[in-house]
Parts: sequence; C-alpha cells; structure tokens
Amino acid sequence: MTGTRISGGLVVLLLIFLTLGTLVAVGLRAEDLSGLGRRDWAAVRFTLWQAALSAAISCLLAIPVARAFSRRQFWGRGVLITVLGAPFILPVIVAVLGLIAVFGRTGLVSQFIGLFGLEPVQIYGWHGIILAHVFFNLPLATRLILQGWLDVPAERFRLAQSLNFLSADMFRHIELPLLFRVVPGAFMVIFLICTTSFAVALALGGGPRATTIELAIYQAFRFDFDLSKAAQLALVQFAVGGGLAIASLWFRGPRGQGAALDRVVSRRDGSVWQDALWILLAAAFLLVPLVMIGVKGLWGVSELPDSIWPAALRSVIVALVSAGLTVALVLPLALLAQSLRKGGAAVEAIGYLSIAASPLVMGTGLFILTFAWIDPILLALPVTVLVNAAMSLPFALRALMPGLTQAEADYGKLALSLQITGWARLRWVILPRVRRPLAFGAALAAALSMGDLGVITLFANPEVQTLPLALYQLMEAYRMDAAFAAALLLLTLSLAIFWLIDRGGRVDVDA
Amino acid sequence: MLTLDNVTLTQGAFSLVANLSVDAGARVAVIGPSGAGKSTLLAGIAGYLRPTSGTLSIEGREVTSLEPGQRPLSILFQDSNLFPHLTVFQNVALGLRPNLRLTDAEVKAVEAALDRVGLAGYGNRKPAALSGGQQSRVALARTLLRERPLLLLDEPFAALGPALKVEMLDLVAQLGDERGTTILMVSHDPDDARHLCDQAILVADGRADAPVATHELLDNPPDVLSAYLGKK
Amino acid sequence: MKQTLLSGGLMLVASAAMADTPVLTVYAPDYFTSEWGPGPKIEAAFEETCKCDLQYLAGDLLPRLLLEGGRTKADIVIGLNTDVTKKARETGLFAPHEQDTSALTLPIEWTDEVFLPFNWGHTAFVYDNTKIDSPPTSFEALLNSDEDWKIVLQDPRSSISGLALMLWVKAVYGDEAQAAFAKLAPKVLTVTKGWSESYGMFTDGEADLVLSYTTSPAYHIIAEGDETKSAAIFDEGHYFMTELVGKIADTEEPELASAFMDFVLSETFQEMIPTANWSFPAKLDDSKLPEGFKKLNMPEKALFYSEDQAAALRDEALEEWLTAFSQ
Repeated sequence: MTGTRISGGLVVLLLIFLTLGTLVAVGLRAEDLSGLGRRDWAAVRFTLWQAALSAAISCLLAIPVARAFSRRQFWGRGVLITVLGAPFILPVIVAVLGLIAVFGRTGLVSQFIGLFGLEPVQIYGWHGIILAHVFFNLPLATRLILQGWLDVPAERFRLAQSLNFLSADMFRHIELPLLFRVVPGAFMVIFLICTTSFAVALALGGGPRATTIELAIYQAFRFDFDLSKAAQLALVQFAVGGGLAIASLWFRGPRGQGAALDRVVSRRDGSVWQDALWILLAAAFLLVPLVMIGVKGLWGVSELPDSIWPAALRSVIVALVSAGLTVALVLPLALLAQSLRKGGAAVEAIGYLSIAASPLVMGTGLFILTFAWIDPILLALPVTVLVNAAMSLPFALRALMPGLTQAEADYGKLALSLQITGWARLRWVILPRVRRPLAFGAALAAALSMGDLGVITLFANPEVQTLPLALYQLMEAYRMDAAFAAALLLLTLSLAIFWLIDRGGRVDVDA
Repeated sequence: MLTLDNVTLTQGAFSLVANLSVDAGARVAVIGPSGAGKSTLLAGIAGYLRPTSGTLSIEGREVTSLEPGQRPLSILFQDSNLFPHLTVFQNVALGLRPNLRLTDAEVKAVEAALDRVGLAGYGNRKPAALSGGQQSRVALARTLLRERPLLLLDEPFAALGPALKVEMLDLVAQLGDERGTTILMVSHDPDDARHLCDQAILVADGRADAPVATHELLDNPPDVLSAYLGKK
Repeated sequence: MKQTLLSGGLMLVASAAMADTPVLTVYAPDYFTSEWGPGPKIEAAFEETCKCDLQYLAGDLLPRLLLEGGRTKADIVIGLNTDVTKKARETGLFAPHEQDTSALTLPIEWTDEVFLPFNWGHTAFVYDNTKIDSPPTSFEALLNSDEDWKIVLQDPRSSISGLALMLWVKAVYGDEAQAAFAKLAPKVLTVTKGWSESYGMFTDGEADLVLSYTTSPAYHIIAEGDETKSAAIFDEGHYFMTELVGKIADTEEPELASAFMDFVLSETFQEMIPTANWSFPAKLDDSKLPEGFKKLNMPEKALFYSEDQAAALRDEALEEWLTAFSQ
C-alpha cells in the first residue's frame, strides 16, 4: 500500500514537473514580458472552433458506422475493425501525404470528378484541417461508441425484439440513452486531441487564418524568440485543455477497451444495405489514403538510402522504450488513483494533463533546466522517450482505469481475505486482470512515439537520427520519392509494432 | 467463539445492530428477508465493513479494527472466489503463500487439500475448465489449507443445482466436523439451513438476534420471516 | 532506458579516449548535417587537414544560442540566415571573421565583418516548363495574370524563404505591398511551415508554382537529368539570400575555429557547395561551376535589405502579409 503511494506520488510529481514545471521554466527565462495580441487570440478562437467542429463531425459520422458494426456479422469483421483503427496511430506527416494523394488537387477524388468536367476539390484551408482531424479521430470515435453499444446487455435487445420494436422505437428507448451516455465522453477526448494539433495545421492550413495555438507557440519561438509569449500561449492551451480534461471526468465514457469487440448483437431491424454502405464508406475514407502511401512508397523503395535502416531500428527502440516507460508510469499512477478514496479523481486528472501540454514548451523547458549540467546530446534519447511517454500517458490511463476498477471490484475482496498484498497482489491479482488494456496502452504509446517528429530539436543529435526525421531530411534534400518510401516504412513499422504489442496482451487471456 | 457486542453496521441510510454470540464448532444459518442485511452482517464480521460502534471478538480476542486477511476466518462469496487467470493449484496455494513461493512441504499440503475435496490431478487446470461444483470444491480446498477456526459462507452454492448443493453442504459439514470449524452461512433456502445448521440467526428490522434452534425458528417463524418464507 | 545509458556511457568512454584530439563543435541546421546535405563532406575535408574532430550539433540555431548564452559549447555556427544576424550579433557571442571578402562572387557587396557568407541564391517561383509555356516575367505579370495558377508559399514566421518573399514584395512594392499581397493571396493554394512541404506539393503536381530558389532547377538537372523545372525570372529583380558562418568569440579552440573560417572560403569547400547545398558558392569563379548551374535562368538584379533595414520593415510587412492572407 505504501509502495503504491510512494511510486504513484513520484509519477504525479514527475508529470506536474513535465507539464507545469517546464512551462514555468520557459516563462521565467523570458526576458521581456509581452502580452498576447489580437492574432494570438484569433489563434485561440480558431483552435477551439476547429477542435469542436472536428470532434462533432467525427462523433456524428461514427454513430452510424458503430451501429452498423454492432449489428452485422460478416467475414473479416474483426480484422476490419482493427485495420480501421490505423489512422489514429499514424504519423501525422504520413497521413497528410496520404490525404493529399486522395483529396488533393491531383488526387484520386479530383481526378475522378474531373472526368465529369468538375473542378478539383480544395483540401487546403480550415476544411482541410478538419478533414485530417476526422480522418485521425473517426477510428477512435467509432471504437468508443461501438464499445458503448456492446456494453448494452444483449437481453435488452432481445426484450425489445420480443416487444416488436421498430427501428425508431429501438433508437428512442435503447440507442438514444446509450448515445447520451457515450458520445459526450468521446467528443471530449477528440476535442482535446484536436486542440493541441500542430503538424496538421502546418501542412493543410492554407494560410495564417488557420493558425492553432501550438503553431502560434512554434512561431513565437522561431520568429521572435519570444519565450514569454510562448509560455503564455502554452498556459492558455493548458487552461482550455486541462479544464476540459477535468470536465471529461464527469462524462465517464464507456467501460473502455476491456470488453471484447467481437460480440455481435443479433438484430432484425434496420437496413442491411444501409449498414453495408456506412461500413464501406468508412473503410474507403480511412483506408484509401493508406493504400496510396503504399502505392507511392513502393516506387521509391529502391532509392532508400542505407542509413534509413539504422534510423528505423532506432525508432523502433525508442518506441519500445517509450512503451515500457509509459507502462511504468501509468501503473503506479492508476493504482494510486484507484486506491485513494478522496483525491483519486484529482490524481487521474493529473494523468490527463499532458494531453493539453505543448511538447515544444516541454522540450524547451527541459533544455533550459538541464543544458548547464548535462550535455544535451546525452539527453537526446532519454528526453525523447520521456516526452513521448508523457504524451501517450493519457490514452494509456484512459484504457487502464476501467479495467483496474473492474479487477478491484471483482477480486479486491478475495485478495483482501487471503491477505494478498504488495507485490504479490500486483503480480498475481491485478496485472493478469489488466493485461489487455495495459498492452493496448503500451501499443498505443509505441505507435505514437514511432511517428513523433521530434519537436524537441534542441536535444537533437545529428548522429542519432530517427525515421521521421530521416523522412523529413529526405524531403528537404529534394528526394521526394525516397521520402514516400520512408513514409511507407514508417507506416508499416508503426502498424506492426502496435499490432504485435496489442496482440501480446490478448494471447492466452482467460476471461 | 464469535461475539458481537452492540455492533452497529451502517451502509448509507441502512443500519443494522447485532448483539449476539456463537459457540465454538456451531453451524449457524443467517436467515432473513431480502435486503434485511444478511450479507451486511457477514461483511461486518469478515472486516469489509467497519462497525460504527460496538466490539467484535473471535475466540476471545477483539478483532474490531483488524484487516479482513488478519482475522481468524475464511469467507466464500457468491461468486469470484477463484482467480480465473490462475490455475487450480495456484488458487489453492494462495491460501498458504500470497506470493506463491511454496516450499516442498507446502506443495504437498496443497495437493493433499485438493485430494481431500476430490480434485486430485486437477491442479494444472484453469477454473474455466471446471464445472460449478468443482469450482466450489477448489475454494473449499483453500479454506482447508488456511485452517481458520471460523468459516463464513455468503451463499457460495446458490448457483448450483439442488443435488449438487446438498453434496457441497455435506462436504462443508464433514470438513467442519473434522476440524471443529465454526460455520456461519447466509441462506435463502430454509432447506439448506435445516440441512446444515442446527442453529439460526434471524436478521430483520435492522437487528440481528442471538442464534436459536433452526427448526424452532422455521417452524414458528415471526411475522416478518413468515411473509418472506411464504408460509402461514 | 538501459540502452541509452549504455550508449551514453560508451560515448563518455570514447570521448575520454579521444581526449588528445581537439574537438571543434559546429552548430548547423538539420538539412546541413544530414547525409544529403553538405555537412558530412565538409567535415571529412576539414578533418583531413586539421588533426581534429569536427562535431556537428543540429537544430534551430538561434533559439539554442539565445538559451545557452555565454555557456554555449559552439565554436562555430554555420547556416545562419540574414534574418537572424541582428539578434545573433546582439548576443555579443561572435568574433570578427577576419577574412578578405573583396573577392566574393556575390551579386551584392558584402561588408559585414562578423558573419561570413558561404553560399547564395535568390528566391524565385519555380514551375514546370512542360505545363506553363509563358511564365510570368515580372511580379506585376504574376499578380495580374488571368491564368488559374495555384501557388504554394511558406510562412514568413517559420521559414526563411517565406520571410524572403515578404521582404521581396516589400522591396518591389514599398507602401503598396499590402495591395500586392492581397492580389497574390487568391492565387495561393496553401502556406506551409517550411520549404520542404511546399516543394513536395509542387513535385507532386499539387501546385503550379512554388516559392523556392533560382538554384532549385539545378538539383533536377544534375541529380535527375530532368530539365522540366525552371525558375521564373522577374524584371523587378529577385531577393538575395545567403547563408552565413560565424566564429564564437570565447571559443576554447580559437586556432581551430580560425582555421575553419579560412577553410570556408577555400576552393575545396566552395566547390562542394553547388551539388551538396544546391546553391551558388560565395567565392568561386563561374568557370568552376558544374555544367548544370550554367543552364539556370538568372535575374539581372538582386534586391536586398541590410539587417537593420529588414528589422525596421519586418513587423509592418508581417502585419500587411497577415492581413492580406487572413481575408
């Protein structure tokens, strides 16, 4: 018990340091105090507006898709659900390349409608940002909402059928209440993810209208070296994001990744064709851009430099270590949040803080605090791993908490009566029960850090290149074909590493 | 053996006052209408619920403030008595060593306990591969190993068929007699109570009374109980 | 984590073993130190003569220098742009370069005694000459064109070429810059953070024109044998861009640092620039340029603001740019 308190407390301190501590360090280092101007507030407004719209569209579209999946059984359904999750763990730069290949002026869609004499579609601008955000988050929204459907006991649908409910009745009496319970939580999570968006806005924004807070922070560093403004913007981002993260605790989402997604409720209502159409549309929207990366990437494979392999290996190592560190951080934190009668919610909220933090400010703060004592090059990998782990923590925590609560509710009393405590309790009672969500969290952390572009350039070590950086350098050196091939490699590795770790949590699990 | 001296148990708006004592080696049924607090009483004795007042002692020692695992008793719940991810052997062994590091002698003891409940050779299976009755036997084997003088049964056999339930009750009685274990059993079924327990505690109207002879209580139930039992 | 500690430890051991060899630490931008940039070749060539170990540190140069201040580990900073020289100079960290700049082959006169240019080029709009037959020949022609051209630009707040465009328009249009930006804005497909995203969109066929450099076609000509990319040359002149190198005043290796500064203007160094940096060398006779560079369209006139002029114009120009592009 005290072990949990101490290690959990240390994680809480570390997170506060990484999020708020680094921000304070940046703020204190600032020489002049500059206020936020009209343009900065415009960036704040734009950030909130596009995040709300992105989250709303993602959730709205996810509802029919999740419903279709919940009531139709077909060959390959499980695999399809897994594959449709891919965009969420995709490196942003790769996804943007894929989206442009489909929705750009010379992309598939424009070429197709060009056959009918129509103008090419316009992806650049705020709608491009929203398109990309929906692309990233539709899988997450679908998963969360589908989980909500599957949490409804099958008996309730059977009862409805025996009462001869029509689709409309089913919707009103069963599905609407379910959506009211699940959608606000999904909306909040996606809203938060979109508020800190950086890279998407960079590539598809179309101009200074589409400036997000994180982009404004980057510009404050880059153009004016205005640390004071950067810190203030980060603080605003925090206030918005942190406030929402805490608010989202009130909207407890569905029970999370614990329950099996392979259950189907047999139902006779609704049109099969309509469901098939929704599934097909979602699959086309989410998968065609990935296929385009594959097609374009294969072209350039022969042009990949040899140095890409060590970079890839390094990225895999960084991803694995980040995943391990995420597990090492999330477990004590979740156990502490779970064990505290009062204040547990506060501990959990601290775990979600980093979703609202600016990685740029985090990296700069760490640099300011450490460069005088330790050679930044020695810290390159540790800092990358640490920041990646901190950024993945909210997702891992969200996946883990429901499983942990369930394990506690199911077996806590038995463990207590047998006096199983401390390490033995963790080893024999808790860990086996939360293996699945824990592996899911680790897999997510690994995939997210694979694609991390290393905004922490202050610590960059030119001899220790990672795959996304190599990709970027290929682009800077005019080698676009090789860059696409590197994107394909990055895509493949991210998906493979996610699949392997996530699967590791499922193999040989007893109910 | 077990004494509850003015113990008040409170859960939200509900509260139960228990003033009773149970003799060593007795087998006592806990009977009462639904929601009267039978499980609350057991949770209080087992230590999951701290009394708001009064003292609780077992074998003359006060245990009011002890953790559940430190009290000289074993408890079987309605469900979740076994960890599904552990083998039968591990589930039983937890009763001896929570860290599962067993000496050779302890391994033998676990095997002997399994043998005693008729599950020799089942050690490597997971609970899911066992029938309901066999799962109950595993849980009983563990209580055997723990050798605590008091055994609390919170309807652990409720999901079993009638014949199997009788078989399990007989096994409990047998094992109890061998070791002189005091047994407290919550039951919905008057027949179970008659079968296993010579004494019964009535839990009703926020009170838990001292044990009386089971047949007397069931043959001439007070109004509150007779409404529940559905007898005149 | 173990892995990192281990490699960290190994690096300590390795650097202890090489303690006899002096180390010259050079801060350089990411593109410079990459396998495809000029960095590795320059390192090899310099190490042949200096009996030292040249080590690069890559990343955003100025933010890093400003954060480190007097504690910086840099001996040399290479790859600074003219937009940051003012701030860099104000740190007081840099020493004079002590090089003779009279024979530089720049299109403008160079008198700065602290920062030394090692390459140069101009901003220009690059297009595909198989798709555009009559490219614009002036800014006026581009802004007033009826063609449905889509252009990609870079943001002046995050990209040096984007900033150069802003100053270019300012130099051509002066007080009318805001109107010029407003005419340009509808033709712009998107504004990206950096040059590489823009250029990727151009080579992908997304855009007809991309804000890049007069030297960009040289890459396609020399590395790919592709002569379809050209820079549109404008009568008003093109904004001059150069990258600079500076020596840190209180370096622990003053002789090595000076040797490096000498090396910068040497023919060995300068001859590497065209095909590794895809820009013109700062001091190299035209006859020694690779063939591909001789095929480039070059403007008659170079436009350039000194750092003080640029600093004075910057905020106003940015405001005009933002206003025009936020419509």
